[in-house]
Amino acid sequence: MTDFTKPTIEYSYLAPLLVVFAIACLGVLVEAFVPRKHRFLVQASLAIGGVLLTMAATIAVAYKLKEHGDASTGAGARGIVGSMGTVVVDGPSVFLWGLILVFALGGCLLFAERRLEGGVSAFAGQAAALPGTEAERRAAGLDHTEVYPLLLFAVMGMMLFPASGDLITMFVALEVLSLPLYLLCGLARRRRLLSQEAALKYFVLGAFSSGFFLYGVALTYGFAGSMNLGDINEAVRNDASNQTLMLIGLGMLAVGLLFKVGAAPFQAWTPDVYQGAPTAVTAFMSAATKTAAFGAIMRLFYVAFGADRWSWQPMMWVVAILSMLVGAVLAVTQRDVKRMLAYSAIAHTGFLLTGVLGVQSAGELSKGQLTSMQAVLFYLVTYGVSALGAFAVVSLVRDSAGEQSALNRWAGLGKHSPLVAGVFALFLLGLAGIPLTSGFIGKWAVFEVAMSSGAWPVVIVGVISSMIAAYIYVYVIVVMFFRDPEPGVAAYVVHPSVMTSATIAVGAAATLVLGIIPGPVLNLAGVAGQFLR
Amino acid sequence: MNDFPWLTVLVLVPIVGAVVTAAMPYEGDRARPKQISLGFSLLTLVLAGVMATQYDKAGGFQFTETHEWINVFGAHYALGIDGMGLVMVLLTVVLVPVVIGASWYDADNGNTKAFFAWALALEAASIGVFAATDVFLFYVLFEASLVPGYFLIGGFGRERRSRAAVKFLIFQLAGGLVMLAAVVGLYAVSADAGHPTYLLSELSQITIDPDTQKWLFMGFFFAFAVKAPLFPVHTWLADATEQATPGTSVLLVCILDKIGTYAMLRYCLGLFPDASQWATPFVVTIALISIVYGALVAIGQDDMLRLIGLTSLSHFGFIVLGIFVFTSQGTSGSILYMVNHGIATAALFLAAGYLVKRKGTASISAITGVEKSAPVLAGVFLVAGLAVLGLPGLSQFVSEILVIIAAFQHHWWVGAIAVTSIVLAAWYVLWMYQRTFTGPGITGVEPVRDLDRREVGALAPLLVALVLFGFYPAPLLDVINPATTTILDNVGVHDPSPTVPAEEASH
Repeated sequence: MTDFTKPTIEYSYLAPLLVVFAIACLGVLVEAFVPRKHRFLVQASLAIGGVLLTMAATIAVAYKLKEHGDASTGAGARGIVGSMGTVVVDGPSVFLWGLILVFALGGCLLFAERRLEGGVSAFAGQAAALPGTEAERRAAGLDHTEVYPLLLFAVMGMMLFPASGDLITMFVALEVLSLPLYLLCGLARRRRLLSQEAALKYFVLGAFSSGFFLYGVALTYGFAGSMNLGDINEAVRNDASNQTLMLIGLGMLAVGLLFKVGAAPFQAWTPDVYQGAPTAVTAFMSAATKTAAFGAIMRLFYVAFGADRWSWQPMMWVVAILSMLVGAVLAVTQRDVKRMLAYSAIAHTGFLLTGVLGVQSAGELSKGQLTSMQAVLFYLVTYGVSALGAFAVVSLVRDSAGEQSALNRWAGLGKHSPLVAGVFALFLLGLAGIPLTSGFIGKWAVFEVAMSSGAWPVVIVGVISSMIAAYIYVYVIVVMFFRDPEPGVAAYVVHPSVMTSATIAVGAAATLVLGIIPGPVLNLAGVAGQFLR
Repeated sequence: MNDFPWLTVLVLVPIVGAVVTAAMPYEGDRARPKQISLGFSLLTLVLAGVMATQYDKAGGFQFTETHEWINVFGAHYALGIDGMGLVMVLLTVVLVPVVIGASWYDADNGNTKAFFAWALALEAASIGVFAATDVFLFYVLFEASLVPGYFLIGGFGRERRSRAAVKFLIFQLAGGLVMLAAVVGLYAVSADAGHPTYLLSELSQITIDPDTQKWLFMGFFFAFAVKAPLFPVHTWLADATEQATPGTSVLLVCILDKIGTYAMLRYCLGLFPDASQWATPFVVTIALISIVYGALVAIGQDDMLRLIGLTSLSHFGFIVLGIFVFTSQGTSGSILYMVNHGIATAALFLAAGYLVKRKGTASISAITGVEKSAPVLAGVFLVAGLAVLGLPGLSQFVSEILVIIAAFQHHWWVGAIAVTSIVLAAWYVLWMYQRTFTGPGITGVEPVRDLDRREVGALAPLLVALVLFGFYPAPLLDVINPATTTILDNVGVHDPSPTVPAEEASH
């Protein structure tokens, strides 16, 4: 029997994870002990402060990584495999942490917005009160402040997800990030049935896909004899006997992960959940979940199964092509802005997968060429800021029944609120990938890596679906600017507090600036280097 | 002064003008944004004029600026112009103030300052496109020029303009995205050849394998054919010119569409010379179809602005024909044609616009006998029309004859088909003139007011240019010919030697 050895934990490298977890726990205590009338202020500032503190810790870790190698070469992997191989802190992990925290900050600010609903937040006063009952009416003036700790728990899961060093950690992270999101989706103050339906749908399908993932973990363990990604890589390299077991395991793992990013054919939940969830949650979720899950996808496929990329690349081709086409074609048929954005999110998942499948080994790349990792990381930045900003704008357009996302009610928005409509048009142009916006550079980057690895059919489909999707973005702009409002039913813009305005302003600025000078962020993604194996 | 970044300044001045025009509060003062935008466009014109005086006719690419932009993409902020670029930039800077002057009241019932701001933005994007010497930069500006075009069509003009604007944008985006795939492919090619780059000067050194070259050529050519436009991807043009204001149509047809033919010369011929020659039979065929089809359809139109838009289809066919017959007359003729078509069609569009504004309709059958009450308008219209149909002595004739000569050298039947359009052009222009301007004025209808000083002033420079270059095209050809030689040397063709022995010819 082997002796018990005390696990070593590199606290200084894991500080960001620990900080955000501690703050989230503190939030639970606040909920229990602080009087109701002070809770909003305490919780909101705790969450925002906590995210900022975690950002500082992440930046500190990024500087520590420099000790592990030369940042200027940019190609190599550097970092540590911490906590007995369960958490890997390397360049891409830290880059993704920073990105998730930026989106979390935007999410916190949107959560704390209280001017749009006339002094209360966008979350149900009391989630347990049945819709349409007396209990609900009595809770009308209340605020759900549990959303802030929930958000932070989700953020912790999201940060752990792409940094996991073995499959069990990855699964735990997946659940930690998912459970708070299921809850948050069901907490809308208005249209509560729709919101609860969305939460249930998300939960049931999410649980189903978690089952797939777990089954995949088991099969992969059967093949490799280890949960550790590095060991699986070894097994893939050396063991050619159990190909079938490995392929089935790989497929199951892929189902779980592709579900989280909303890739076709696992996209069915996306439009309902995006539409039903409170818009602030949708904004946060669309940007941050995608970032975390793509980090995990790349880590799993590049690190564990990188040696066998010929067997998973065809699958990725099919999924990428399907996602782009399904997302683009169905987006065109939508007449609700939130659903339209949800379908466009599916198409963008396809574009991101185009970047993922463009992986080439170091020997095939010529000097200074864009790497797949770099392209995907950059795309995540561009998509995240545009999506976050676009959903934030959606939360401003309202009528007497709350938010109004039906497209025909948006007619004439450009005439009476040119600034808001203009900013939304900018986000749409960014999502469409029109030059001089960040989306263009992002699209360029993922197409470039795919083309270089010979995946030209995927690029062609990408181009075609961009064309199709462009139609709906342009159509929304036409409705806003060139169509006269129907009298009486037109939505109007409610002026938000500085928190939502700041989120939108930062998103718009990033969309524009990254389109004109993408160099610094692209280089940063390049300096992040590769995964530590 | 050689290090002065002329081209950057030429791009920046209209951008600053657009921002100033759009951002300043006017409180109902409609004249001020117009004056400001006119001022900025004239400033651009003066700067371009000064730059042109320093241009050395034999010097290849000049006023070059190269800065690294996006390192990993191999993209550069690289500008520079040769003779072809220079004449296109000059055409742009001349036409924009003319359009602003002529469209003075056209945007009064919409968002006035937006119209003039977008016009300046379009000028900036176009100058950038003509000056770019990096494929990535070119592509970015090529696509970015759609945004002002879209808002100009969608925001100002007639009833069904928003549909026309969407059609314009979708067609252009479709072309642009196909080109995107080809441009991305170009990256892969250059990365394989050493290090990724988009610099035109470095790309033209790379030998691209013939099959790849064909695919990339098709991607580029499709985008430019939509832009130019050629049959059968021209349908957006007719709708856009029908619905937009005449000023917008001038910006679209006379400047923006020139990007298509300009880019065929610069990029298709410059980067894929072998594939260009391989595609010649196909391109010549669709160019001929465009020439004849455009003219025939134009004859059948009742809407004056739509008619003029369709005549451009015919003329773009000529330009493309001249490019793809690969002789020095053809190429020089095409470049000259781009300039002359810009001037003549702009004059015709604006003159027709004056008439449409007075009558409140563009329907040819609803207008008659204008000549009597508005002789100056009639005269201007007739001169512009005659230039468009290629009357000797007006500028378009010179370029048309060069292209037709080149077409006959290429093959006799190509020339024969192209030549029919001279007859068809006379038909559509003169018939339009006859139905609208001549004939008896209808009694009881208010007589048409003649042109005022602003309107004449805006058109005068164009009319002067038409006559001047009709009799004396040498200044333009002197600038264009060295560029032609460079382009054809790169493709590797030489003019066919005369089939008549020299002694015989001297008899």
